[in-house]
Amino acid sequence: MITYISIFITAIFVNNIVLAQFLGICPFLGVSKKVSTATGMGAAVAFVMTIATICTYLLQKYLLDAFGIGFMQTIVFILVIAALVQMVEIILKKVSPPLYQALGVFLPLITTNCAILGVAILVIQKEYTLLESVVFAISTALGFMLAMVIFAGIREQLSTTRIPKALQGMPIALIVAGLLALAFMGFAGIKVG
Amino acid sequence: MNKLKIILNGIITENPTFVLLLGMCPTLGTTSSAINGLGMGLATMFVLICSNAVIALIKNLIPDKVRIPSFIVVIAAFVTILQMCMEAYVPALYESLGLFIPLIVVNCIVLGRAESFAAKHNAFDSMLDGVGCGLGFTIALTLLGSVRELLGTGKIFNTAIFPEHFGALVFVLAPGAFIALGYLIVIVNKLKTK
Repeated sequence: MITYISIFITAIFVNNIVLAQFLGICPFLGVSKKVSTATGMGAAVAFVMTIATICTYLLQKYLLDAFGIGFMQTIVFILVIAALVQMVEIILKKVSPPLYQALGVFLPLITTNCAILGVAILVIQKEYTLLESVVFAISTALGFMLAMVIFAGIREQLSTTRIPKALQGMPIALIVAGLLALAFMGFAGIKVG
Repeated sequence: MNKLKIILNGIITENPTFVLLLGMCPTLGTTSSAINGLGMGLATMFVLICSNAVIALIKNLIPDKVRIPSFIVVIAAFVTILQMCMEAYVPALYESLGLFIPLIVVNCIVLGRAESFAAKHNAFDSMLDGVGCGLGFTIALTLLGSVRELLGTGKIFNTAIFPEHFGALVFVLAPGAFIALGYLIVIVNKLKTK
């Protein structure tokens, strides 16, 4: 049990996927102008990340490892993720239109979200078991959502302040993200188990 | 289009990092030192040139509907080749870039150039475009890596510029990446308006 709690806390706070590992920066900077869209994107990522990690984990164990073709990892994983995103989109549209309404616009963007492929590869590198991988994927996604929502909140405030012309837009967003990362570094001392 | 113009376009007018703001993850994640930035830039350039050339050659064979997946497979193939070569010949660099090498597959610059340039031009021009964008990316990463290494440890490419105890370690760590890139873009914006 303690291992799972440790993975959970570490993935959300200590090794936050965006602020400490630099994965998924594009959606982090791109769709974080409003808290509502940030939450939607976070939820969509959480959904896809969990399913994708389970699929790629099983593929790695029973296909790539079994046949000794580990070098095909990158190609197989990215294709599976791309296909999966497409499938999730079609299924959601059919099964749950309200959920599709909420997450739909973000789904195509997720294929090229490096956090998804990154987590899929990371759980293999860390040699997690299936359950540990699932916990890792969910908590990483929660960490992503947390960072997105905090960042979007700051940017909403920021849009009403006066900023020097050269700093407007991306530069000030990057500097805010830097300060946020600095704040998250405070969690670095936490150790569970 | 003029050949030189294609290359310069990638380096200056459409610089992937400073102007288009694409490929932020490797830009921030691998530039803790100048040498890592340079290595990542060159690795991306290799994939960019090869994938652009191949995609330009096979663009007429691919049905429009499966265009993007086909491009991704081509890119992933070259990334795998790169991964194996780097592991064999530059293991130290391969170790320090780590996860970001396989993640070149999802770098928006590579897919972006395939879609916006290679799918419309011939193979030679596409290769030149790969060289231009790759160089633009490499220059940006090396610059950011140098700035962070200098501010963080007082060195550039491991050559001491000022004593190490003046360095602010935060620039080598995660927050420094965001802040340094933010201010570099400010400088570029300032230069552009002049």
